[in-house]
Amino acid sequence: MPYVVERKPLTLSERIYLPQILAGMRVTLRRLFAPNVTMEYPEQRPAIPTGYRGVPTLVKDPHGREKCVSCQLCEFVCPPKAIRITPGSVEDQPDRTHVEKGPQAFDIDMLRCIYCGLCQEVCPEEAIFLQNQYTLSGYTRAELVNDKAKLYELGGTLPDQHFKWDKKKAAAEHGNTH
Amino acid sequence: MATDFSYPDAAAKAANLPKEFDPEKMSLSMGPSHPSTHGVLRIQFELDGEIVTKADPVVGYLHRGDEKIAENMTYNQFVPYTDRLDYLAPLANNMAYAIAVERLAGLEVPARCQAIRVLTAEMARVSAHLMGLGAFGIDVGAWTVFMYCFEEREKLYKLFEELTGARFTTSYSRIGGLTRDVPEGWTQRVDAFCDQFLPILDEILGLLSRNKIFLDRTVDVGVISKADAIAYGLTGPNLRGSGVPNDLRKDRPYSGYEQYEFDVPVGSKGDCYDRYLCRGEEMKQSIRIIRQVVKNFPGGAWHAQDARRIFAPPKDKVLTSMEELINNFMLVTEGPQMPAGEVYFEAENPKGVLGFYIVSKGGGVPYRMKIRSPSFCNLSILPKLCVGNLVSDVVSILGSLDFVMGECDR
Ligand code: SF4
Ligand code: SF4
Repeated sequence: MPYVVERKPLTLSERIYLPQILAGMRVTLRRLFAPNVTMEYPEQRPAIPTGYRGVPTLVKDPHGREKCVSCQLCEFVCPPKAIRITPGSVEDQPDRTHVEKGPQAFDIDMLRCIYCGLCQEVCPEEAIFLQNQYTLSGYTRAELVNDKAKLYELGGTLPDQHFKWDKKKAAAEHGNTH
Repeated sequence: MATDFSYPDAAAKAANLPKEFDPEKMSLSMGPSHPSTHGVLRIQFELDGEIVTKADPVVGYLHRGDEKIAENMTYNQFVPYTDRLDYLAPLANNMAYAIAVERLAGLEVPARCQAIRVLTAEMARVSAHLMGLGAFGIDVGAWTVFMYCFEEREKLYKLFEELTGARFTTSYSRIGGLTRDVPEGWTQRVDAFCDQFLPILDEILGLLSRNKIFLDRTVDVGVISKADAIAYGLTGPNLRGSGVPNDLRKDRPYSGYEQYEFDVPVGSKGDCYDRYLCRGEEMKQSIRIIRQVVKNFPGGAWHAQDARRIFAPPKDKVLTSMEELINNFMLVTEGPQMPAGEVYFEAENPKGVLGFYIVSKGGGVPYRMKIRSPSFCNLSILPKLCVGNLVSDVVSILGSLDFVMGECDR
């Protein structure tokens, strides 16, 4: 139901304004002794909730293997086109015989990235994650392009959530492939 | 004769010079970087002393071509761009856009998804109105109000951050669902926020509602008549402030708004004070809706179930099943599959009616998308509203209209 908002004319004390100043002072006094709501940022830092979308990073699996298979889906979906991937071969990497490709180069231009999280959402290998870091600085534009080494350094290792390849390997050993 | 392509120069000249120059009048340009124009709005005034005799809003400084951008990406990829329309209420934009596309597909989302969307949209309304109120306060010299509003808004942003992973650019909707379900215990925290918010809101409003200085600056200033408000296509609190009880949540309910009880506050005079009062009341009504949603929070799925060609499969399926993996690739590269056709959907956003008109030729990319932004339409009344007022009153009027240029210019 629509209702009309109330407009009362000002009372005498409100029109004189002096009592109002006193009332205002009371609010000020109360707030003066209330606990602070601000934070001494850089020294104190806010708690970051799980699932926060910070700087995108590449992660390794618990065996220390590279997870990205260079499918370039994240490169495709990224709305501001911040990701550049050069696919490469994995033939010279003995620990990656279970996959066919890997990124030779992987750059994310943090001057373009909008932290939308679409790359993480579409990745079929759970290889790219937006993690907790939210501050970035650099003196040149080139410094703010994160290359593969930097991305792995930022990303580290995350526990595998779905054990994609280990499961497949176990299944294959039981003669049951997809 | 060669065609003259020097349009920017010509436009600049036309905007700067009054047609017939009157030596008695002064021309004054306010904005685009003026603290009281709330963003990059520029108004070209013609003044007689302190009285405005002509006002010409110049918009477009924040034009990014969002409508054209939409034609070049899939429906889901455009969601982050909707954050940047009314950037004070991104969750409400996300929802309006997702519903528009879902209408095109004829897709119904489950009750839980609808409830989460209503919840987030109402929280976005509270945060947007808090910001509007605070900025209005600053415009008329009440700095305290701004600080108090920001404190409350920060609490909401903490909740948004926990839910969506980002404070500002939430990108929370996907066509056919959401990016994620609500975290454990989140709805209780929303309820706790409501409990502590209402007394503080009364305190904030108490700083202005009966304040003589504030009333002197707002009562009977910038009066918009009912007829004018309708004729200029105003929407949202600006329309309701003039006494027209139009609210799409009531008139054409979407996303399950019909289940919730709330009232629509309207003004009686249509001046700046009425618009302010309406915003204050609307926040209270939003809190009412939020409580109802939290109380009857539906369980079940939070995304559309029967939409293989629209909503991406869950991650564990993508990782373990070849079929779902292929489906994921198809959805990402080709976009959510829409039938050919067109749709127009409007949602009641904090600033007014946000509309999406989408023409589809089938497939995952819109053929054309038009965005009807409330701030643009609300600003169209400025040339009429400013005339006859003092320059300092224009500041009150702008504050009371509460617009966002990101949405106006798109
Ligand atoms: S977060 Fe978004 S913008 Fe940034 S790299 Fe990923 S997809 Fe691109
Ligand atoms: S990060 Fe994921 S989506 Fe991107 S190329 Fe690697 S595997 Fe593909």
